[in-house]
Amino acid sequence: MSTVKVFNAGHTACSGCGLSLAARLVMEAAGPNVIVSNSTGCLEVFTTRSPQTAWGVPWVHSLFENSGALATGIVAALKMQGKENEARVMAFGGDGSTADIGFGIISGMWERGDDVLYVCFDNEAYMNTGIQRSGLTPFLGATSTSPAGSVTGGNQKQKKNIPMIAAAHGVKYVATACVGYQRDLQNKIKKALAIKGPKYVQILATCPLGWGNDSSLTIQMGKLAVETGLFPLFEVEEGKITNVMNVAKPKPVEEYLKLQTRFRHIVKNPEEVAKVQAIADANFKRYTKDKVLF
Amino acid sequence: MKKVTEGLKAIAETVALCRPEVISAYPITPQTHIVEELSVIVANGKLKCEFINVESEFAAASVVLGASVAGVRAYSATSSQGLLLMAEVLFNMAGMRLPVVITDANRAVSAPINIWNDWQDTLAIRDAGLIHLFAEDNQEACDMHLQAFKIAEDHEVMLPVMVNLDGFILTHAFDPIEFPEQALVDKYLPKYVPMEKLDVKNPLSFGLMGGPDRYLETRYAMAETMKTCPAVIRKAAQDFNKMFGRNYGELIEEYKMEDAEIVLVSMGSIISSMKDVADDLRAAGKKVGVLKIRCYRPFPVQDVIKSLCGKKKAIILEKALSIGGVGILTADIKAALYGQKNVPEISDFILGLGGRDIRISDIKAIVALAEKANLKGEFYGLDPKLVEEMDK
Amino acid sequence: MASIRAKNILIGKPGTSLANKTGGWRVFYPVVDKAKCVACGMCVMSCPEGCMTTSKETKTLIDLDYCKGCGVCAKVCPKTAISMLKEEK
Ligand SMILES: Cc1ncc(C[n+]2csc(CCOP(=O)(O)OP(=O)(O)O)c2C)c(N)n1
Ligand code: SF4
Ligand code: SF4
Ligand SMILES: [Mg+2]
Repeated sequence: MSTVKVFNAGHTACSGCGLSLAARLVMEAAGPNVIVSNSTGCLEVFTTRSPQTAWGVPWVHSLFENSGALATGIVAALKMQGKENEARVMAFGGDGSTADIGFGIISGMWERGDDVLYVCFDNEAYMNTGIQRSGLTPFLGATSTSPAGSVTGGNQKQKKNIPMIAAAHGVKYVATACVGYQRDLQNKIKKALAIKGPKYVQILATCPLGWGNDSSLTIQMGKLAVETGLFPLFEVEEGKITNVMNVAKPKPVEEYLKLQTRFRHIVKNPEEVAKVQAIADANFKRYTKDKVLF
Repeated sequence: MKKVTEGLKAIAETVALCRPEVISAYPITPQTHIVEELSVIVANGKLKCEFINVESEFAAASVVLGASVAGVRAYSATSSQGLLLMAEVLFNMAGMRLPVVITDANRAVSAPINIWNDWQDTLAIRDAGLIHLFAEDNQEACDMHLQAFKIAEDHEVMLPVMVNLDGFILTHAFDPIEFPEQALVDKYLPKYVPMEKLDVKNPLSFGLMGGPDRYLETRYAMAETMKTCPAVIRKAAQDFNKMFGRNYGELIEEYKMEDAEIVLVSMGSIISSMKDVADDLRAAGKKVGVLKIRCYRPFPVQDVIKSLCGKKKAIILEKALSIGGVGILTADIKAALYGQKNVPEISDFILGLGGRDIRISDIKAIVALAEKANLKGEFYGLDPKLVEEMDK
Repeated sequence: MASIRAKNILIGKPGTSLANKTGGWRVFYPVVDKAKCVACGMCVMSCPEGCMTTSKETKTLIDLDYCKGCGVCAKVCPKTAISMLKEEK
């Protein structure tokens, strides 16, 4: 039954991997006329064990921190070959690649205004190397380098706000998306690809292995992240919030936290849960439609 | 007709004649004038090219890597700290078999920070899998860029090439330069034809992960290419000579070697002074010759054997060392000569680091020292006062 | 010449991962109750492997060559038409 598609099965992601789902959804929305540059990380590793590749579009991986600069070079090369209308260029990176080690590269790409859609697959830690914390690991989330110790419990920093940093760069289109809302995710990718210039989409991609949730809960976890307010979905166009996914009845953060072993150390501690709840509450206030940011 | 031009500007003008389609580089002394001049050439519409300003050398190298895998001729230039910042990308570029050309204005590496010449930058990345060429003077440095693209893009090679020239000594020297005509350059260096590239019509994946079951073979392939590419490098030099009438040797150049007993061996701009020394000492009755290593990687093992075996003495002048090991060029030469017959005595000197002056008289003094004893890894030209101060 | 490019081992041809049948990983396997299935496509959209298809005529079909048995489809199905059964190996 299987014919070659833009993104193919046979890859070696963990069972229930939200990142592989996110990648498939992005690719199916983008279609065949794209070129992808991909940083080192789970997505790269589970899709390309040579000589096999899960990709059905032109795809390149170089290093952990340079997919943005590669994309710049690809756009320039297409232009020189008179092929700029033949393919749209996307750069993919994990949260570690995007928010930490590759951040300077991405800032440079945005500053230049390169016609690239950068997609950050945010699974909230360095998963490929065994769940170490990144700048996008959530507050109090336990990882192998921000463990639930007896003195400090989990990651002590808040998630770095890359979407706002992107918007401050003048990135034309900034959006957050999540595997819990597949149509919304795909619409955002299509919308982004139709825009000339720099675009940034950050996708919350659940990771059963790193988060410690049941592999069947990929979609529910994604939905809960949004419904609790911990991962708000919004769009920023030309410096203004143009869309926020409405959450009619926000759910308490416990509902999300209790499903994941990375929060096991706080779920029974109301004080710690309250701190996380405060972040969610603040998010609902911060991201409102028509708010002018820059 | 020759035009008196600064080394870096001459290189920029020559690179433009090679018609790179994407250029990305980052300023660093003593390379900066190359990026500046190329940006001017592109801004004035004299070269149709995407010139990309970036935020670091790491980005510059990554941009040209991306451009190269997308199928166009790409170029960058750097020096010292910038080269080291590129290092991770360079290993990757070579492993991906991308024929990018990079100029390195050879400069010392910090600490202490020092903008002057030696080879510690380029030799620190000698194992990346790039072909390394060293220029003796600015005309050769310019001409070498034509050859570099030709070698890199040859389908029998497909490796990045680094053109090395000594910082300040060459980069900032004004010399009369003969610029080739565009039509001839186009003939010598036709448009780059990639073997495969990022292309929606043939959607291949590049840069796959290679596990323990495959990595060894990829390294083997690079090593094998390094063994066979001397033929391409020779031909690039011969064809260049035929078309433009300038000959600098091939992988090596020999100067007054037929009857030489003492051979001075080195690379880069110091070769010119060594040739003068050979002339002077010959006038005084000493049979001195010069062996110039023009291509450092692949190391021209057979040429070196042929050149040095049967001579009495080889004196190697090194502008780099592997700290805790030996002089880097010395290690290569000794490895090449191991097990050969009639191997010369070898003395090697470390000198000129961080831009310390090397005069003709210094080279003569070195010959005199080496004639008295076989010296190994001898630092030449140390300031005794500073050494004493450090000892206190 | 084998030495030159290592081409075949450095470059991947589109979709060659399909040769890797990940179905062997499964502990549980999904079964679709065609009577209950309304071909809404929720599971198709949610399957991380992209190994499901659906239509009004066929109802949901699963390519067990690639299904890793994660159970996502069963969890999202609004009609509880998919159940996860233990593989007998
Ligand atoms: C320069 C460099 N430092 C470290 C690594 C090791 N490394 C590879 S992937 C990775 C983490 C990837 O994290 P992320 O970007 O979040 O992607 P994920 O695997 O979580 O999807 C690390 C630390 C590397 N390959 N290169
Ligand atoms: S570790 Fe997480 S992100 Fe990586 S393949 Fe497994 S589930 Fe996916
Ligand atoms: S169990 Fe998982 S992999 Fe198998 S069909 Fe359902 S969603 Fe897809
Ligand atoms: Mg991650």
